[in-house]
Amino acid sequence: MEIVKPDHLQELITSFANKDVYIHLETTNGSYAAHRNEGFFNVGAFIRNIVVKFELGKVVGDSPHRVGLKLPSGWIYAQGITHFTVDEYGRLLMAGLDPDGKLSIALQISETPFTY
Amino acid sequence: MLKKERHVLIILPHPDDEAFGISGSIAAYRKMGVPVTYACLTLGEMGRNLGNPPFANRETLPHIRKAELEKACEAMGLDDLRLMGFRDKTLEFEDDEKMVQLVTDLMDETNPSLVISFYPGYSVHPDHEASARAVVRAIRRMPVEDRPALYAVAFANNTEAELGEPDIVHDVYETTDQKLATLSAHESQTIWMMRDLNKRLADKDPEAEKWLRYERFYTYKWAEDFEQSF
Repeated sequence: MEIVKPDHLQELITSFANKDVYIHLETTNGSYAAHRNEGFFNVGAFIRNIVVKFELGKVVGDSPHRVGLKLPSGWIYAQGITHFTVDEYGRLLMAGLDPDGKLSIALQISETPFTY
Repeated sequence: MLKKERHVLIILPHPDDEAFGISGSIAAYRKMGVPVTYACLTLGEMGRNLGNPPFANRETLPHIRKAELEKACEAMGLDDLRLMGFRDKTLEFEDDEKMVQLVTDLMDETNPSLVISFYPGYSVHPDHEASARAVVRAIRRMPVEDRPALYAVAFANNTEAELGEPDIVHDVYETTDQKLATLSAHESQTIWMMRDLNKRLADKDPEAEKWLRYERFYTYKWAEDFEQSF
């Protein structure tokens, strides 16, 4: 993955618009957050291989960026995106990595299902 | 001294779970000629450490961690690794009976005299806890006289307050190099920790030396079972 270039990322997001795509969306503080910092309110969310068709997708703001996908009757967005890549399977992988290189959020779009 | 075992069965959810507090014992068992089976339930797909600049992404991480695990097993002399194919952070949401059956099947096949896993209630990560529950439940279903011993790793912050001191402490001085090689094999997870550890060992930090040399387990307390039945 490389640091987000907004114009390039915008083109890539748009290339997935108006077709059925598989989504991976994840936020995490890590499973040890409340172990290392007792009382920490640990939250996270994870969905994988949900099929949607978005009509408009945008990357907005300075890094860390926000990425939003407008669906016919709803929304998906991710805040804190810093890195992106298109992998060998043509999947758009976006992630928000903290300064230590730990993933805090991921938003991934693919025309084929992600593995399990 | 480690007690000679017929067969040791290790059940853990993540590649690297074995490295920190069990790998020296595994290497020692292998040196003694004891067969060791390691069932690793996931490939740690949801690991957070991708580096900055990143060396991996969400989709390549499991491939990297699988290769690291294989290298770690080589370092320990472990030749029976089972990859069970679950997804990281989902074990507690699987069907609980299915998880028990998985452990029962592994025990039926390997007939272990000792099982090593986590301690239910004291192992912090939800996957550790789910693995621990499945292991305890599967063993509980066996007649008392047929049960393997269960050594459980516990590291929750309240462990010593509630469980006391571990009753099983293995001195793994003779397999320290293998343990360090196992830790290093899980590079994606341990590279920063190893820099710190190696520095502390070079400085002869007594806490670091003790951590490396002694592996601490609790024999599962059946008299204070975490549940009545399942």
